[in-house]
Amino acid sequence: MKLRTLTVLSLSILIFAGAGCKKKPPVTPPAPTPQPALQERQGPPTVISFTAEPSTVLRGESSTLRWNVMGATEITIDNGVGTVEATGTRRITPAGNTTYGLVAKGPGGTANASVQVVVNTPPPPPPPAPPPATPTKTLQERLSTDVQDVYFDYDKSEIREDARATLHRDIEGLRAILRDFPNAVINVEGHCDERGSAEYNLGLGDRRATSAKEFLTQAGVPGDRLRTISYGKEKPQCTESTESCWQKNRRVHFSAQ
Amino acid sequence: MRTTLTTLLLVCAAWAQQSDILIKLEGGTKRVIAAPDFRGAGGAQPLAATFNQTVFEDLQQSGLLSMAAKSFYPLDPPQQASDLRAPAPPAPARRNAPPAPANCNGRCLIDWSGPPVNANYLAFGYAAEQNGQFVAFGHLFNVNVADLSGAQVFRKLYLASLDEAGARKAAHEFAADILAQFGAKTLAGTSIYFVSDRGGRGTKDIWAMDFDGGNPRRITSYNSISTTPAVSADGTKLAFTTYAKGEPRIFIHLLETNRYLPFLNPRASMNATPEFTPDGKSLLFSSTLTGYAQIYIADIDGGNMRRLSSSRAIEVEPKVNPKTGAEIVFVSGRSGPQQIYKMNMDGADVVRLTTGEGEAGNPGWHPDGQHIAFAWTRGYAPGNWNIFIMDVASRETVQLTYGQGRNENPTWAPDGRHLVFSSNRSGRSQIYSMLANGQELRQLTTAGNNWMPVWSK
Repeated sequence: MKLRTLTVLSLSILIFAGAGCKKKPPVTPPAPTPQPALQERQGPPTVISFTAEPSTVLRGESSTLRWNVMGATEITIDNGVGTVEATGTRRITPAGNTTYGLVAKGPGGTANASVQVVVNTPPPPPPPAPPPATPTKTLQERLSTDVQDVYFDYDKSEIREDARATLHRDIEGLRAILRDFPNAVINVEGHCDERGSAEYNLGLGDRRATSAKEFLTQAGVPGDRLRTISYGKEKPQCTESTESCWQKNRRVHFSAQ
Repeated sequence: MRTTLTTLLLVCAAWAQQSDILIKLEGGTKRVIAAPDFRGAGGAQPLAATFNQTVFEDLQQSGLLSMAAKSFYPLDPPQQASDLRAPAPPAPARRNAPPAPANCNGRCLIDWSGPPVNANYLAFGYAAEQNGQFVAFGHLFNVNVADLSGAQVFRKLYLASLDEAGARKAAHEFAADILAQFGAKTLAGTSIYFVSDRGGRGTKDIWAMDFDGGNPRRITSYNSISTTPAVSADGTKLAFTTYAKGEPRIFIHLLETNRYLPFLNPRASMNATPEFTPDGKSLLFSSTLTGYAQIYIADIDGGNMRRLSSSRAIEVEPKVNPKTGAEIVFVSGRSGPQQIYKMNMDGADVVRLTTGEGEAGNPGWHPDGQHIAFAWTRGYAPGNWNIFIMDVASRETVQLTYGQGRNENPTWAPDGRHLVFSSNRSGRSQIYSMLANGQELRQLTTAGNNWMPVWSK
């Protein structure tokens, strides 16, 4: 350092002396660059490093600022970090994208550095998942999808073999429905085809509803939640005078009250 | 083929059996009556057609008289007694020429008693407006009596309101007075109660109409299904089955005020098919109180209930003998398909009345307490009901309808000569009346579907 200063001085003297001696036309010497000399003497602080780790966080997570500065007398970091030591770390939890600025002041000047912390905001959550299918269906809808009609022979109220199978399937459906609708009482409707007399069919429809109810209660479906009601031939679901239509009407149907 | 043959044989046998074996409708040959149209004056003029048609139908429906063919009537019928005159003495007949028919163009009795009219009686008159009223002046003459003054049976003024209903009322009264001469009880003033879906939206209500189908009026409005009407013998109370409260329940209405009369229903899944006892103090009905629908009796308010029948079978439609009040006919499935049975008022001495063939239902007592009308599928496939009459003592039956649709719920008119029933022979179910021999069929309803007629006082 000192050597270099001496050399510069010697060279300057030689050049001046030489010019004077040789009497050569004067050559404009390059302007001296004083800065290096100044820097050598009073250089600004040097920011060796200023980082954020990690530089990308999710909102709510924190990042660590890490810095190393030389030759500074005062170091400040904005965004609320404040005055810090020359070397250090600081945990920060920015709310949004933030550029942290570091200002290092020293006798020789000021040095700046900045680092950005990118805060990723997660996308909004999907709308709440639709609640499970069961509660949205009405009692009537559940009955029409989960419980099937039970069919009978003409002028009979005995449970046929196929009706037995149907009722076995209905047990599960009815149990689930009664569980999901704890206050519901389900109508067990007895229906008849058009051929018997209307008055007799009132009694026959009642027998069919009662047979179905007895079957279900013996299988554990609570009897006080089932109400038998005979419609005789007052509410046919099919009005043609054919055997297939009559069969459709000789039924027990489950309905909401 | 075999079925057709069997049906044909049944029909032939039944026709041979037909006539009035069971219910005496007339004695000997029918009298012939001519009833030329009344002409109307003033405000009565547009109502004359209604009046004339009503008189004609009432006379024809009675089955007591034969109607002389209108096309043979003379052109100038009398309008009042003074229009009639004695015929001119017959001109001496020429040899070989046929005797000239005495012809006063309708003004002489022999115009009606002789060919081609050949009537025994002549009903005539006119209608007019007087003091804002409809007035009909009706006459009945026995045209077989030669002497004019002796030929008159009666003449009478009939007053009514100056409208269609008034014209019908006057006509019914005139026809009733004529028929009374031949021993008929008049049906004028009687009502038929029935079930109709004409209110729409899947509802059924009890309606009433005059005996000829006129003046229909709605009795119940429960916006539900109301069915199986029954009327007390004095015509003051209506009982029926209704779904107004959910399960089938029995309701009673007072007919004069159409007010609800409380009836305590048993706690059963079904209480249905009510019927009054003849004294109107008790109600019989079918209830599932103990399981199968069984016959019960209770006071008119539902108290003092007793079970009458005792079987493991469906039993409905109890009907008490209106004459004796001592026995009940009812429908039971105790021997298989539904049949008609009879028991005492205490439920004892149960006997089956129908043979066990087919299915039988809807028994209705004749006012004489000796016959019932009922519906039966005997000889037909299930559901093909026909109207039958039975002499309860002998079990002899007569078939009145023959497979034209479903014919059900026959009940007797107060005169014991007519029946009213429902039939879907024209497509929809409608109410018809007929004589007890199956003749003089008349359709009484046209709106909607109509069932279960009950003919009341």
